[in-house]
Amino acid sequence: MTQPFRLPSGGRIDRARVLRFSFDGRAFEGHPGDSLASALLANGVHLVGRSFKYHRPRGIVSAGSEEPNALVTIDRGAGRMTPNLRATQIELYDGLVATSQNRWPSLEFDIGAIGQFASRLIPAGFYYKTFLWPPRAWKHLYEPLIRRAAGLGKAPGEPDPDTYAHQFAHCDVLVVGGGPAGLQAALAAAAQAESVILCDEQPEPGGSALHDPARASELSDLLAKLRALSHVRILQRTTAFGMFAQNFVALAQRLSDHIEPSAASGPRERLWQVRAKRIVLATGAIERPLVFPGNDLPGVMLAEAARIYANRFCALPGKRIVIATSADSAYEAAGDLRRAGAEIVAIVDAREGRPIADDFNVIAGAIIDTKGRARIEGCTVQLADGSTLPVDCDVLLMSGGWTPNASLLSQARGALRFEPILQTFVPDVLPPGISCVGACAGDLRPQGDASRPIHPKAFVDFQNDVTSADIALAVREGFRSIEHIKRYTTNGMATDQGKTSNLNAMMIAAAERSVAPQDIGATTFRPPYTPVTFGTFAGASRGELFEPVRRLPSHQWAKAHGGVFEDAGQWKRVSCFARPAETMRDCVNREVLTVRKKVGVFDASSLGKIELAGPDAVDFLNRIYINDFSALAIGRCRYALMLHESGVVLDDGIVARLAEDRFHITTTSGGIGHVLQHMEDFLQTEYTDLRVWLTDVTEQWATFAIQGPLAGNIVQSLLPDAGLSQASLPHMSLRELVWNGSDLRLMRASFTGEAGFEINVPSVQGAALWDTLVDAAERLDGCAYGLEALNVLRAEKGYIIVGQETDGSVTADDLGYGKMVGARKGDFVGKRSLSLPHLAAKGRKQLVGLLPLQLAQTFEEGAQITQAPHPASGTHALGHVTTAFWSATLDRFIALALLEDGRARIGQTLHVPMPAGAIAVQVTSPVFFDPDGSRLRG
Amino acid sequence: MLLIRCPYCETERPELEFRYGGEALLERPKDPALVSDDAWTAYLWTCKNPKGPHAERWRHVHGCGRFFNAARNTVSDLIVSTWRVDDSPPANFDGGGA
Repeated sequence: MTQPFRLPSGGRIDRARVLRFSFDGRAFEGHPGDSLASALLANGVHLVGRSFKYHRPRGIVSAGSEEPNALVTIDRGAGRMTPNLRATQIELYDGLVATSQNRWPSLEFDIGAIGQFASRLIPAGFYYKTFLWPPRAWKHLYEPLIRRAAGLGKAPGEPDPDTYAHQFAHCDVLVVGGGPAGLQAALAAAAQAESVILCDEQPEPGGSALHDPARASELSDLLAKLRALSHVRILQRTTAFGMFAQNFVALAQRLSDHIEPSAASGPRERLWQVRAKRIVLATGAIERPLVFPGNDLPGVMLAEAARIYANRFCALPGKRIVIATSADSAYEAAGDLRRAGAEIVAIVDAREGRPIADDFNVIAGAIIDTKGRARIEGCTVQLADGSTLPVDCDVLLMSGGWTPNASLLSQARGALRFEPILQTFVPDVLPPGISCVGACAGDLRPQGDASRPIHPKAFVDFQNDVTSADIALAVREGFRSIEHIKRYTTNGMATDQGKTSNLNAMMIAAAERSVAPQDIGATTFRPPYTPVTFGTFAGASRGELFEPVRRLPSHQWAKAHGGVFEDAGQWKRVSCFARPAETMRDCVNREVLTVRKKVGVFDASSLGKIELAGPDAVDFLNRIYINDFSALAIGRCRYALMLHESGVVLDDGIVARLAEDRFHITTTSGGIGHVLQHMEDFLQTEYTDLRVWLTDVTEQWATFAIQGPLAGNIVQSLLPDAGLSQASLPHMSLRELVWNGSDLRLMRASFTGEAGFEINVPSVQGAALWDTLVDAAERLDGCAYGLEALNVLRAEKGYIIVGQETDGSVTADDLGYGKMVGARKGDFVGKRSLSLPHLAAKGRKQLVGLLPLQLAQTFEEGAQITQAPHPASGTHALGHVTTAFWSATLDRFIALALLEDGRARIGQTLHVPMPAGAIAVQVTSPVFFDPDGSRLRG
Repeated sequence: MLLIRCPYCETERPELEFRYGGEALLERPKDPALVSDDAWTAYLWTCKNPKGPHAERWRHVHGCGRFFNAARNTVSDLIVSTWRVDDSPPANFDGGGA
């Protein structure tokens, strides 16, 4: 017989349709309208998981998003496996495949459960106290072991094939919660507001009215009125999970997980970012479990949850029910469950002022023990006179009263106060624009308090396996603040954020500390209210859409000619152009030697470019760079360094004078953003007297370098009418010309040490010019070269790269560029700092070259430099390697380094310790090749 | 996400369009060569970091590109007012603590 606990009539399920599903491989049946939890209960299944720390058998506790125990994995096909979902929130569909978690080899027989015999050995703070030594063992032994034994579901391994959407929305009023109070609030708001959004985490609106047959007509009436209003938007399956400043609320809408995978289409989830003028929280209240030994057995549930399963889902949790309570609401549950066919064996009420209910067997007392292994079989009641009474049952319901669901209010920095009449925390100080209605505001039935015995099997936080004994221990060990007790015991720190456990934990801590509950205070809730998938946050920002891709003008050519791409920020740059059967190293060596012997062309379009214009341009440059530009003639260029106000190098580049009041400036490829920010900052807020304008023209110009002894031949063939010669266009000068009908800026400059040019043309002409240049180079036995070859070529010359040779602590003098500082000019950014003691001191690290004494030896960038080959532990390093390459030109390994008193150490032998042993190196000048620069003049 | 009013565009825009620029109302010495090492170091590195109202710089980097000043309460995280760099702070702004 299937669904033996299904009631024959009533409720909100569709008995006409049968849905098949599986749980841990066993086949079951349910109906549309079921949650996975209700369908399992209809089939008599209570045991659904094993607990986090002790692997204790656990069952379904609640009927909503507060569920601490019933976490399962849903498998919807490759890449669509989702762990840690609450069975109480999963809507049943035909073919649903669910598995339990944290058990091996099976749910009924779990090896890890052996851990529970040792549960007294794993009290609060156990990990902090036990696994202290040796430090390495934590990473390699303890943590992997603990992670394997204790855990939640497994993360899926395949890429997620689903899509996710993002939507922004603005509204006058956002109502969170679709219960009767929320629906009323939305209707009231709609009378005045122009736009109302109501979001509700359940599949259908109604909240508590969905399981209260007496309110069915009231509910349908409310919904009819709301649905007739076009300015009210109702979002179902939508959780408000985060509240941020100025009424900014994040909602996660689940669009297709409730549909069988073959029929689902469109995005899986949608992230709503809502800015609301007013927010109404109608998030209801959460029933508290009672704390007693063995309160975590499957079959022990919240009283209202049982009522929901019986009334709404028509699944009877059990047939012989004991109810333990300190709240009046449990008596309604008792009545409904008896009408549904269950026997209410007893109601055990802890309160003095319990209601009169002659038709029930009401016992004044409390539960002190439970019986059963994987399902409750009975419990022991302690009566008021101290005597005990054993009672058999198949379900034990508990209700410790209700706590307003103030998670979102807490996120919005609202304050709570303890309400003695209700024995719980209720909203007190509301942030501007936020109000609470209904149970969330503390509008609750009469309820009292029950005792919370200290016992190692009396669970408070089911999801993190925290017991009342753990909290008492934390207090005994000196923890006072509830926030510290929370962190030490981990109570309320699981994925459910302690929705069912926080109040019990606070009350136990207050009792153990002998202070009033209002003096211990409530812990802070944080986003997300319930877990949100990574996909929801990522939205469309995945794969190619993760970040904009910037491509060089030569991109297509490079793709067709063996270009090996590397990411440099958003740029796709080319490391080298590999020929068939060529290794990367061979390729780089070939490109380097071709530039040195013939000619090479390089796409430098990613260089940042700024056009500076205005009558005070020279003044501005003099204040921003260390160089003196007063004497820079029109048509001449200068290598320039820019400092941070603290005196360290910020960026470098070439400043070319186009006209009296006009400059073409280059920055490093990665530097354009912060360089322009830095310049604008000073221009707008310090040098407001200067009439200067800055424009980022990085995207406007394609830039190609032509370098090598034959570079002049290529430029001559490209621009035969320009009359170019060494005299008319000397090194570091610029000419504005026309090529192919477009502007062209030709600069004689070099970043390789060879005679060379940089050509700028409008980006639209870039690909055409690149093809022309490569063609011309190849006819001269030249080639295109990539970033790797460029790095070798510049390292051979000791040219620095900002960010490679500099790290935010390096000055111009450290790099050997101290003479570039304009001595005759006035103040500039960073100048004052250069005379600060720490920048002017002796012993600073300076740029030098390193050559390994044995030619075959290599080491890595970032390696440390020491005096002795095997320095004693604790010896400080003299410096570090910033650049290390095989130099094809010199046929040996070379490196640049920052070294203490480096220039004074030239000629010394030092050591670079590497894992395979220390490598002896000679300190040299950073310029390895052509030190007098004769090649620059071709 | 904060809503920030750009005093140049005169519209309230989401925080995504802006970039934080550190403490405001700092005065760079007219002639840095004349100030002591201590005074210069304090100008560079010593921040107020107050609890409460704080004058700070923001740039409407994905809008008009202008730097402006804002008074933000570091407790509530709310930006109380914004003003152009050449305007004075609002009369009721206490200057951001000691």
